[in-house]
Amino acid sequence: MSDQETVLEMNDLHTHFFTDSGEIPAVDGVSLRVNKGEVVGIVGESGCGKSVASLSIMQLVPSPPGRIVDGDIQFKGENLATATEKRMRKIRGNEISMIFQEPMTSLDPLFTIGNQMEEAIRIHQKISKKEARTKAADMLKQVGIPRAEAILDEHPHQLSGGMRQRVMIAMAMSCDPELLIADEPTTALDVTIQAQILDLMRKLNKENDTAILLITHDLGVVAEICDRVVVMYAGQVVEEGTAREILKDPKHPYSQGLIRSLPKLREREQKLYSIPGTVPKPKMGRVGCRFADRCPFAFDRCYEETPSLIQLNNQRTSRCFLYDKEAQEDAESPVGS
Amino acid sequence: MFSYVMRRLVMLIPVLVGMTLITFSIVHLIPGNPAQVMLGETATAEAIADLEESMGLNEPYLVQYGLYISDLLQGDLGTSLRSKAEISQEIWPYIAATFELTVFAMLFAIFIGVNAGIISAWKQNSWFDFLAMLFALVGVSMPVFWLALMEQWVFAQELGWLPAYGRENSRDPMAPITHFYVLDSLIHLDFARTWVTLKHLILPSIALGTIPMAIIARMTRSSMLEVMKSDYVRTVRAKGSGTFLVIYKHALKNAMIPVLTVIGLQTGVLLGGAILTETIFSWPGLGRYVYEAINYRDYPVIQSGILVIAFIFVIINLVVDVLYKLIDPRIKY
Repeated sequence: MSDQETVLEMNDLHTHFFTDSGEIPAVDGVSLRVNKGEVVGIVGESGCGKSVASLSIMQLVPSPPGRIVDGDIQFKGENLATATEKRMRKIRGNEISMIFQEPMTSLDPLFTIGNQMEEAIRIHQKISKKEARTKAADMLKQVGIPRAEAILDEHPHQLSGGMRQRVMIAMAMSCDPELLIADEPTTALDVTIQAQILDLMRKLNKENDTAILLITHDLGVVAEICDRVVVMYAGQVVEEGTAREILKDPKHPYSQGLIRSLPKLREREQKLYSIPGTVPKPKMGRVGCRFADRCPFAFDRCYEETPSLIQLNNQRTSRCFLYDKEAQEDAESPVGS
Repeated sequence: MFSYVMRRLVMLIPVLVGMTLITFSIVHLIPGNPAQVMLGETATAEAIADLEESMGLNEPYLVQYGLYISDLLQGDLGTSLRSKAEISQEIWPYIAATFELTVFAMLFAIFIGVNAGIISAWKQNSWFDFLAMLFALVGVSMPVFWLALMEQWVFAQELGWLPAYGRENSRDPMAPITHFYVLDSLIHLDFARTWVTLKHLILPSIALGTIPMAIIARMTRSSMLEVMKSDYVRTVRAKGSGTFLVIYKHALKNAMIPVLTVIGLQTGVLLGGAILTETIFSWPGLGRYVYEAINYRDYPVIQSGILVIAFIFVIINLVVDVLYKLIDPRIKY
């Protein structure tokens, strides 16, 4: 698996926000890799920096106040972190596409679906309006919209949330990108529609070999579709591994907490588990483990030293001192899962 | 769309009835006797009574109103007490003069205001934004009469570039057709005269358009800033489109919805006659027509003038509502 062709590689990315109340390191040294045809999930609570990390890839972080201050994003031998706006325009929507959480507000309410899809196609391809329209209709059929021709002449408010997200996906896929970034694509949808959208994304992933970077807080979505998972906490990656490993045997106490807080059908616990405390506000120059305050296993070292990512096996890393020893002695995990 | 416009036109009827009732009542509640005014201070009581009789001023209030409405329905706005002319004939040149001035003032206000607002929003907190908004603040706070006088002083008196008064060269008047002088000169194929009429329009248009321009600029800026943060603008950027497409296609169209309201209201205000500007520039417009009628207690002219202004306001509102519907497909009626 590791010898697969890499589509995107993010190395030690720092995206900071420069506000009146100081510099905020929203993304604080994130590294991740997406291979060709792979579905990688970024999981974490709200405010952990997962959306900012994904927007950084497209250079769509609102600026000011946000800015990439360090690190690089390698995409096909090119560093997107320092690419010019002109170059980025060629990449956005063409080689890397993005869909967003709110299908209700992500389409311009004043233009028809056809107009917006043709626009997306014609920005990158020199074809006539008519050809673009035919292509748009084809794309709509591909994402399972039945009366594609009619939909092209409708406005976004005439469609349901699920349909709009399909339109967004069709639009994002219309230039056959190598990477699709999906920022919480199913969060705003009904559960049944969520499943349909995930199915659709998996189908497009398999058929077109498009790599997907899926940002979500929903571990159910991860289980459904992801090959590999990156768990983020307070601007950093705290654990990385295959989806199967992380769901079955989470190593980092934060991942363990996330998985424990999923409701289980067979066990009728009185109260659903939740990780105590809240995500700390990101700030500069923090020392110690960021999760220490909420961690049931925290010990002195966690407050004094900042842990680095520890390699557990060739696919697996965790940012926790508990495994510092284990990495050498291969001892038992301190917590049974 | 057509049925919507028709329905709106039918809904105008009660509004118009209300308007006539109010203008009729207000004018008649004002103290002062028009018969007295017409005949002068030295008139005898008998002469006044005779004239009141012949003008119907001694009839009961409601009868007077009924007569007024029935005349109105026949297109008869009454006769001016001062000039003894039919108002419906007399009023058109004044309406045309005000209309022409308003069109140019609003073109100036919209063109500068919208573009300044767009650039200010796009380059938020830049020196341009700062200067444009300072200028807008000054523009909105500056008294119109002062601006008008300064313009005359600088551009007419000191520099001598532009005429300070009137609609055309008074020694060489044009034979009017529509009474829109720019249009008339074009119909006459007299382009030298077109240039003269345009020159006459510049100073009053700027004086009249400055406040609307400032309001439009500020409104456009705040509306654009809001829209630029929206999800769909992010989507357009994520498609890889350039700045021009983002701003002038998607952001501007969305941002225009609140700006359109302001443009409509301001146009209505200007069409209602800008008495100050029209007086300073000797512009023979509706505002001055009504103002002079008030000085003379010319009831029929006051009534008709107010009615026409109110009617124009209502029509502009209708036009704005129709434009909303054209821009925003979500609006249902």
